[in-house]
Amino acid sequence: MGQFGIGQPLRRKEDPRLLQGRGQYTDDMNVEGQFWGAFLRSPHAHADILSVDLEAARAAPGVKAVYTSADLDADGVPDMPCEVELADLAGAPMWKPMRPILARNRVRFVGECVALVVAQTQAQAREAAELIEINWSPRPSVADAQEALKPGAPLLWPELGQNVPVHWQNKPSTEADAAMAGAAWRVDVNIVNNRLVPAPMEPKAALASWDEQEGKLTLWAPTQGGRKIQANLAKRYLRIAQDKMRVISLDVGGGFGMRGQTYPEYVALVWAAKQIGGAVKWRADRTETFFSDYHGRDQVNEAQMGLDEYGRIVALKIHTLVNLGAYMAENGPRMPIEGGGRIIPCCYHVPHFYFSVKPVFTNTVSTDTYRGAGRPEANFLMERLMDAAAEATGLTRDEVRRRNFITEFPYKTPMGYVIDSGDFARGMDDAMRMAEWDTFEERRAEAYSRGYLRGIGVAAFIEAAGGRAPTEDMRVRAELDGSVTIFSGSHSHGQGHDTVFSQLVNEFLGVEPASVRLVQGDTDVTPRGSIGTFGSRSSMMGGAGIKMSCEKLVAKGVKVAAHLMQSEPDAVTFSQGVFRAGASEMSFTQVAQAAWDATRIPEGMTPGLDEGHNFQREAENFPNGCHVCEVEIDPETGIAEIVRYVAVDDCGAVLNPLIVHGQVYGGVAQGLGQAMIENALYDAEGQFVSATYMDYGMPRAHRMPFIEVGFNTVACRTNPLGVKGAGEAGACGAPPAFIGALVDALRDYGVTHMDMPATPEKIWRAIYGAQFDTQESDGIYAEVT
Amino acid sequence: MTTKVTLTVNGQERSAEVEPRTLLVELLRDQLGLTGTHVGCDTTQCGCCVIHVNDKAVKSCTMLAVQAQGSNILTIEGLAAPDGTLHPMQEAFREHHGLQCGFCTPGMVMMGVDIARRLPGADEKTVREQLEGNLCRCTGYQGIVEAILSVANPGAVKEHHHA
Repeated sequence: MGQFGIGQPLRRKEDPRLLQGRGQYTDDMNVEGQFWGAFLRSPHAHADILSVDLEAARAAPGVKAVYTSADLDADGVPDMPCEVELADLAGAPMWKPMRPILARNRVRFVGECVALVVAQTQAQAREAAELIEINWSPRPSVADAQEALKPGAPLLWPELGQNVPVHWQNKPSTEADAAMAGAAWRVDVNIVNNRLVPAPMEPKAALASWDEQEGKLTLWAPTQGGRKIQANLAKRYLRIAQDKMRVISLDVGGGFGMRGQTYPEYVALVWAAKQIGGAVKWRADRTETFFSDYHGRDQVNEAQMGLDEYGRIVALKIHTLVNLGAYMAENGPRMPIEGGGRIIPCCYHVPHFYFSVKPVFTNTVSTDTYRGAGRPEANFLMERLMDAAAEATGLTRDEVRRRNFITEFPYKTPMGYVIDSGDFARGMDDAMRMAEWDTFEERRAEAYSRGYLRGIGVAAFIEAAGGRAPTEDMRVRAELDGSVTIFSGSHSHGQGHDTVFSQLVNEFLGVEPASVRLVQGDTDVTPRGSIGTFGSRSSMMGGAGIKMSCEKLVAKGVKVAAHLMQSEPDAVTFSQGVFRAGASEMSFTQVAQAAWDATRIPEGMTPGLDEGHNFQREAENFPNGCHVCEVEIDPETGIAEIVRYVAVDDCGAVLNPLIVHGQVYGGVAQGLGQAMIENALYDAEGQFVSATYMDYGMPRAHRMPFIEVGFNTVACRTNPLGVKGAGEAGACGAPPAFIGALVDALRDYGVTHMDMPATPEKIWRAIYGAQFDTQESDGIYAEVT
Repeated sequence: MTTKVTLTVNGQERSAEVEPRTLLVELLRDQLGLTGTHVGCDTTQCGCCVIHVNDKAVKSCTMLAVQAQGSNILTIEGLAAPDGTLHPMQEAFREHHGLQCGFCTPGMVMMGVDIARRLPGADEKTVREQLEGNLCRCTGYQGIVEAILSVANPGAVKEHHHA
């Protein structure tokens, strides 16, 4: 490994630009003469629209146009589909609703788009939107998945007759039932996996512009790639040639899985730009971003696990409810079944596995992919079961895990996925050693002497990375000036692709990272087969695409070098950026520059070293790890401080440890956020009551721990770089590690589980609950004497 | 109805016609074209818009443009030396991987400069508490805290495991 190549903690190339305020985020873009858009959104969780009066809005100062579903319908703009196909055991397909771009006759969640106002300034557009008069007829609503299953619950889709569009099962439960009946131990766990708001720091924004001369639309928006959004907008919604729609996402302020979707706002804005023949900009505020970005998690899991007398799992049954929201987002029902299903039942060998999933409609915004997309939920459930198994069998928490870890690879899971590699026991040993697990009881006793409660938790987890789409398109071009340009289908919204991909080019071509340029996020110039970044796929998919492209450049370069050095191609070697033939040598740059000169290359050869590769993966990769969390609770306040956090991850081959550590830190923080404080809360009337940063518990610096990271590297066997994803692992390990530690600290109070978020109030109640009335009275809890 | 505001921004005198309701951050971004200062919320929680007003860290979304009349403003664009040399805090953020998507970064860096100036020798706990008003969704704050500590109190930076 060279100074700048694979494995080096190269500092990021993108940083000097971003550190000086030279980022190019969507809201930084403007088009001369642009109008501004504002959406009128539903204030009701569920209501019929009896009438709409647009006259006052249309007459307001600066207003160019006001659009509703009637306008879109008149132009034949179709509704939004869900892309997931599921069936029940009898083969009956899942029932799927369509979502109107702007609500038609009825609204089904607070924040649903009803109308779009286009005006000269943002203030005028917003003020005019408030002048739209709608005669609403509110309907009963339901926001909670369990409530939505009860008889008499309000129906989101009366034509379906219930709120469950399919009951999916992996197989009948017969075998698992029989195995469970013979188990020596049975443990039950019931979990509510809390709904989260992805909340990237950049609010949602878009700028849509129609170019009359070119007959072309451009959309600037914070996406995770843009090619799929381009195709959707062009082909489905606008019915124009795909090349007549350009999507640009230069810098994006965080994605986390929910910025890859074709949101209704984007459709409405590009359509409106074409209607008015100009540009329309839209900037959501934070609350609007919370209302309209898809949410994550929101599952209810009931599970039973049976173990034999040695503490080995014999059967597992899981019943999952997933709250879809009012409509079905592009990937919505996929979360538990394919998102989590790729790894469930996680790190453990389970001979008999039964899995039942019911997606549920409620009066909430749709749920979809959020960092981990089903895998954090699956790992959390399994780790709570393993802690329960330890409690039941009397085995230690590490021993019961050790007895059930998958140890032989490749391993085919009950859901049919093949895990290529891993060493789960070594990862757990490393994490426990780094966290000084052996001496924990001394620390517990010392804390107790000060009046504090200490606990420690361990969580093993596995992830599936690479994303659903099996291909990614990359192109590498050696330029005349000696630089190299990467045209990337993968998209960085914080992951540092400019740096890591430059390291790969350095590794394979010998060109210094400073001379490598990354082009991404513009469908006019990125490769046609580009997919984007999600599911921790860029290292494997983008990385392999670069490796293969570079190999093609070298293969062609060998022919050019042989021609220039008057040798045979067979006699030319290439290593560390130098072509050699006998005593002659030429650098990659010299050969690449010469290759553009038609008079200096073999006859019939196309000038230039410019090669692309659409990489097709053989399999997904399976990152895994083990996290240990130690907490100290102040019983007076219920505040649980994380005093130690160790993360040992198997991310396969590490391309840049600085960046992989950063991914782990960020994932752990989002996982701890879910475990400690985050909760997207809808009240009984379906109002979304945590829709600002004041009300939603974002992790802040003083609640987050210093994280110690170790690597338990087992190279992936199914991709050319040996890499495994790193982006989502932290979000899988942190929730069970933290809750495990908390339960351990509170075991003397009879606590065996605590649902997330485990807020200080919840912890305090677990300690003092027996002494206090739980009846709320004006927000004050009265002591019972 | 507009009012003329004159102020010094990154060492240069600038003036603009603003509405009474124009926020300082809107003046900077929309009228003066300084888009390095970001807007991440509307409730003074996220800190993406932190700048320096008369050498103090201020959330520019929470100050009216007219209130800045005659003020000396420093934004992220004016922090590096004129020859392009990064400010030590910017350099520290790069060294310690204190940024990923970069959206919270301008506010974090401006806040970091303010913390290091007010509280030289601050420990890790203090730095974390001082960041109460700055949100980051990418980094888990680890690189940010290390970066600020490395300027405010170099001895307090924990051993770097990624070299």
